[in-house]
Amino acid sequence: MIKARVAESPAGWKQLSVIQFTALGALVIGALVSLPFWGGPGVMRMLVEFLTLLALAQLWNLLAGYTGLVSIGQQAWIGIGGYALIVAADDLGLPIPLGLVLAGVAAALLALPAAGLLFRLRGGYFSVGTWVVAEILRLLVMNSTDWLRGGLGRTLTATSAMTRETRELLTYALAVVIGLGVIALVHLLMRSRTGLALTAIRDSETAAANLGIETQRIKLFVYLLCAFGTGVVGALIYLNLLRITPDAAFSVQWTAFMIFIVIIGGIGSIEGPIIGAILFFVLRQFLSDFGEWSLILLGAIAVVMMIFAPEGIWGIIRRRWQFEIFPVHRRVGASSGDAHERNAWQ
Amino acid sequence: MLVVDSIEVFYGEFQALFGVSIEVAEGETVAIIGANGAGKTTLLRTIAGVLRPRSGQVRYRGMRIDGRPAYAVTRLGVAMVPEGRKIFPSLSVRENLLIGRQSRRKGPWSLERVFDLFPVLRERADFPGIDLSGGQQQMLAIGRALMSNPDLILMDEISLGLAPVIVRELYETVQEITRAGTTVVIVEQDVTRSLQVADRVYCLLEGEVSLSGRPADVSREQISLAYFGV
Repeated sequence: MIKARVAESPAGWKQLSVIQFTALGALVIGALVSLPFWGGPGVMRMLVEFLTLLALAQLWNLLAGYTGLVSIGQQAWIGIGGYALIVAADDLGLPIPLGLVLAGVAAALLALPAAGLLFRLRGGYFSVGTWVVAEILRLLVMNSTDWLRGGLGRTLTATSAMTRETRELLTYALAVVIGLGVIALVHLLMRSRTGLALTAIRDSETAAANLGIETQRIKLFVYLLCAFGTGVVGALIYLNLLRITPDAAFSVQWTAFMIFIVIIGGIGSIEGPIIGAILFFVLRQFLSDFGEWSLILLGAIAVVMMIFAPEGIWGIIRRRWQFEIFPVHRRVGASSGDAHERNAWQ
Repeated sequence: MLVVDSIEVFYGEFQALFGVSIEVAEGETVAIIGANGAGKTTLLRTIAGVLRPRSGQVRYRGMRIDGRPAYAVTRLGVAMVPEGRKIFPSLSVRENLLIGRQSRRKGPWSLERVFDLFPVLRERADFPGIDLSGGQQQMLAIGRALMSNPDLILMDEISLGLAPVIVRELYETVQEITRAGTTVVIVEQDVTRSLQVADRVYCLLEGEVSLSGRPADVSREQISLAYFGV
């Protein structure tokens, strides 16, 4: 995957060596895994929130940044995921981790017919369409006054048998797995044959189709994958919050946060959403004193970024120091080359 | 190998092709010439599956391919070098070529063989495709199409905007590709150049075939009449 040396390609972009990348990865994973032993429950709760936002932003970036499907309706799958977890755990009595997987499956299953409608739309119409789908799902849940208790919402009770510490530890563990899992997933996907095709489709859909790429099928695959992932994260969010209402779960604010994080950090990279999520988190804590104004300030920051640095903070770093942590380009050394990779591609 | 049978193609209400029929035999190089707006690119895009004819048929090796999506046509062995090259700007030269592999067709063309045909691409393999010069981008577009191992390759105005010395070089490689057994259809405004390499030529005028034949059999006057209509 990662070059065995600090590869300096003719394009001149530096990358981490295997040792550096492994060390960095081990440091991050070690810190996250050992945190329950040295960090308090407050830190753990904060990290759960951070990791969920990070996962959501990575998935939105895969959808919009890498695939060009600008959805403003990802809250649909957060809501479906949250409700699916409660139904799976409370109504069906299934274990929580299985409930999370089923939440993703439920979101993907509903995303399939939604895609049937949405994929007939282009550009801005597609975006608006995704929001309409989210609203329809919100209204359907609202009208299920008996089963899902309509606008009153439901409370996850399956975890009440656990002690608070066990529940928080479980939530934290799942958040770490999901947060890191999503980054690994996006990285591996973008380095795969499918990732190459995705980039080509984003650059020129017609040219990609003329070279034998099944553009619609690949886009559908990513759309469903992101619905699945967002559904799982939605379940995690409500495992943490315990209480769900349709208005909160299907709120467009979720997608607004995803967009903010990706725009600020840098669209079309894996590092961007990581930086964006950290920044968003810090900004939100800092701005929380301003009440309603905090949202206006966040919006203003995003607008300023889009005008003056559309490539985001990671874009600036990448250009200034010509450096990347998660390279998705296949840059085989010009002379010797990575024979294994080259074979895999031929 | 390829039969285009009286196709009518529209852009909305505007009719671009009026009952156009052409035939291409295996191993041939066929040139389609004509002025701007004569319908040359429309014809190629219809063969490649980007556009659908409102009536008429496109048959490839006896199979109807009109109405099939572009990727399916490519997988049957029809590749296109699009007008304006359409290099993927986010991808390196090597990645642009590897995209051609997505059609999963077997055949003689590999990364190495394309690099042998265009050595400059090997030198610049890891640079962004968009950083190449116009002529090099055109080589990349041809190489990318070859990577799908086509039996029939459609080339749209490969000489457009390039210096004559580069155009000559490109046309030499076209002949190499033909020698490798690939059937070639080229669309050109540069009549002289295309007549040098073509076995047969069709001239389009305002969406209709105005002339067809072997380059040796058609006179300058016939061509200029068919080309300009006056």
